[in-house]
Amino acid sequence: MGTLDFLLQGLLVAAQPMNLLYALIGVTLGTAVGVLPGIGPALTVALLLPVTYQLDPGGSLIMFAGIYYGGMYGGSTTSILLNTPGESSSIVTALEGNKMARAGRGGPALATAAIGSFVAGLIATLGLAFVAPYIVKLALVFGPREYFALMVLAFVTVSSAFGDSTLRGLTSLFIGLTLACIGIDQLTGQARLSFGVPDLLDGIEVTTLAVAMFAIGETLYIAAQGDKGPDKVEAVRGSVWMSASDWARSWKAWLRGTFIGFPIGAMPAGGAEIGTFLSYATEKRLSKHPEEFGNGAIEGVAGPEAANNASAAGTLVPLLTLGLPTSATAAIMLAGFQQYGLQPGPLLFATNPQLVWGLIASLLIANFMLLVLNLPLVGLWVKLLTIPKPWLYAGILLFATLGTIGANPSVFELGMLLAFGLLGYVMRVFGYPIAPVVVGLILGPLAEQQLRRALSISQGDVTVLFTSPIAAVLLLIAALAFIVPLILRARGRGEVLAQLAASED
Amino acid sequence: MSRGDSPSVETRRPDRAALIIAVVLAAIAGVIFWDVSRLTGLAGYSQVGPTTVPYAIACCLIVLAVWTAIEGFRGDFAEREPQQFGPVAWVVGGLAAQMLLLNTLGFSIATGILFAMTARGFGKRQIWLTIPFGIVASFVVWTIFAKVLQLSLPAGPLERLLF
Repeated sequence: MGTLDFLLQGLLVAAQPMNLLYALIGVTLGTAVGVLPGIGPALTVALLLPVTYQLDPGGSLIMFAGIYYGGMYGGSTTSILLNTPGESSSIVTALEGNKMARAGRGGPALATAAIGSFVAGLIATLGLAFVAPYIVKLALVFGPREYFALMVLAFVTVSSAFGDSTLRGLTSLFIGLTLACIGIDQLTGQARLSFGVPDLLDGIEVTTLAVAMFAIGETLYIAAQGDKGPDKVEAVRGSVWMSASDWARSWKAWLRGTFIGFPIGAMPAGGAEIGTFLSYATEKRLSKHPEEFGNGAIEGVAGPEAANNASAAGTLVPLLTLGLPTSATAAIMLAGFQQYGLQPGPLLFATNPQLVWGLIASLLIANFMLLVLNLPLVGLWVKLLTIPKPWLYAGILLFATLGTIGANPSVFELGMLLAFGLLGYVMRVFGYPIAPVVVGLILGPLAEQQLRRALSISQGDVTVLFTSPIAAVLLLIAALAFIVPLILRARGRGEVLAQLAASED
Repeated sequence: MSRGDSPSVETRRPDRAALIIAVVLAAIAGVIFWDVSRLTGLAGYSQVGPTTVPYAIACCLIVLAVWTAIEGFRGDFAEREPQQFGPVAWVVGGLAAQMLLLNTLGFSIATGILFAMTARGFGKRQIWLTIPFGIVASFVVWTIFAKVLQLSLPAGPLERLLF
């Protein structure tokens, strides 16, 4: 059967009323958290993990993916109207979008963001559907050493290749890897780093760590900034519809953004931000109206918004085909799969095609839902921005602790939540990125397992890691991704990398 | 590379926070060494067992600690914004209160207190308004998640009174 048949079957699964409902809940929640500053899709999925234990795996995963897509849509609204990006991937949108809103062109800015997101989401999801089977075929020849090399590459790119400091990125990653060692060793059953505490034998819960780092760490950090007065929300004045010239200037930017964002999301390069910066730079260079950049150029909204949605779909390529998360949200979605005893990867396409293709097809449907939610109903989302901070953050902590209590109502678990929350706060203060900790915790045990398998097969011969051509190339790329930024920063060229700061979502 | 001696060592003040972070990282590495050394190295065919990866991580942590210390001495560690600790103390206090009261007073009251203390941290001073509001909101959430979605959330006097 070809991809199209699978996709049609997937559409049948996705069109079941319950799955449509899950997708609708997902995209609505996703848009809401995308709009709200301070909380993102990674946190939302982490919060929902305990709540969805009893639900059907397919439906929950459809909901999670809907949250991811919705977060990418919703982030643009905040960027444009508030100049405070809701997500790290909407920073660029704020550059031009907020200028447009101040000039009374908030409507067209929101429209080009939403339609661009739709176009990009549609093309990139189809891209995912058509690329995935090839990567699955490739992945079937991967052995433990190739997987290990791939994970090393993911570790390097998530932690040290981007952001403003190799040292801090790596430190975050190794904190995550250390936490990953806690608990019973998967291969020999011995307890490591658990100090005789029974609660630690199962290891650190991904949910607890992610909620603490993202929700509590962020809340503490915002609280510590003190009251800086209310943010100014730009009202949407005038028509929300785009004029003919807006369309003419937008459509190429959408397509270019899509083709920049999708491969970058699909590579183990982490995060949607990089694609948005590249797209912005491209549009600025190609634009016929370069003088408008910095004063509200519509291409500067259209391109990056398309790029960030395309890379969200791109991120699902390594996640579904290789089981390799390249962003914090993807890492937590991987934990979601594991919660149901499913391991994403080539085998999942063979053993559970309905689930995988239902998920992919539901993303196409989710895209249509998001267009409807974000264009005519944009005024409703803007109201969310007027929630006063005390209520907003008090509510965030209510739900953050709810998730942890629901998973394990023990004083110890809440103590860990508080401890990791403080860790997340201190890391924010000193500029340590958060995503590598979460990725390290989730990917660490998998990488260790593959490494030990590879070395068991070779009877302890370490050179085996480099003798497979695929593994050698992957490790070489990882080494380059580690060394080149170090040299760039040492030579004072670090600003560019700092702008591509490591992903939060 | 940021490592190696630099002629500018004396020109800038050492960053004490960076040195503390370096010590903490080294301490974590020490804890790993200490804990893992107790494990019997069930290495099997290969020389890799449950101890290999923790040892490797601990070694990397020591390298990172040294690196952090060097950046600290050279004074080119991260710049920081001034922090206000009052609001942080309120939020942390709220979380601690919820943690300690959860199993005696139940979800709604404990979380209501967390809600009010967080709001206080963000500048909402009317505790006599925010505590009842927080308790009611938490109770609604408890009803939805514990009764409708079957999540096990601890019940206290308030929940038992009404259900």
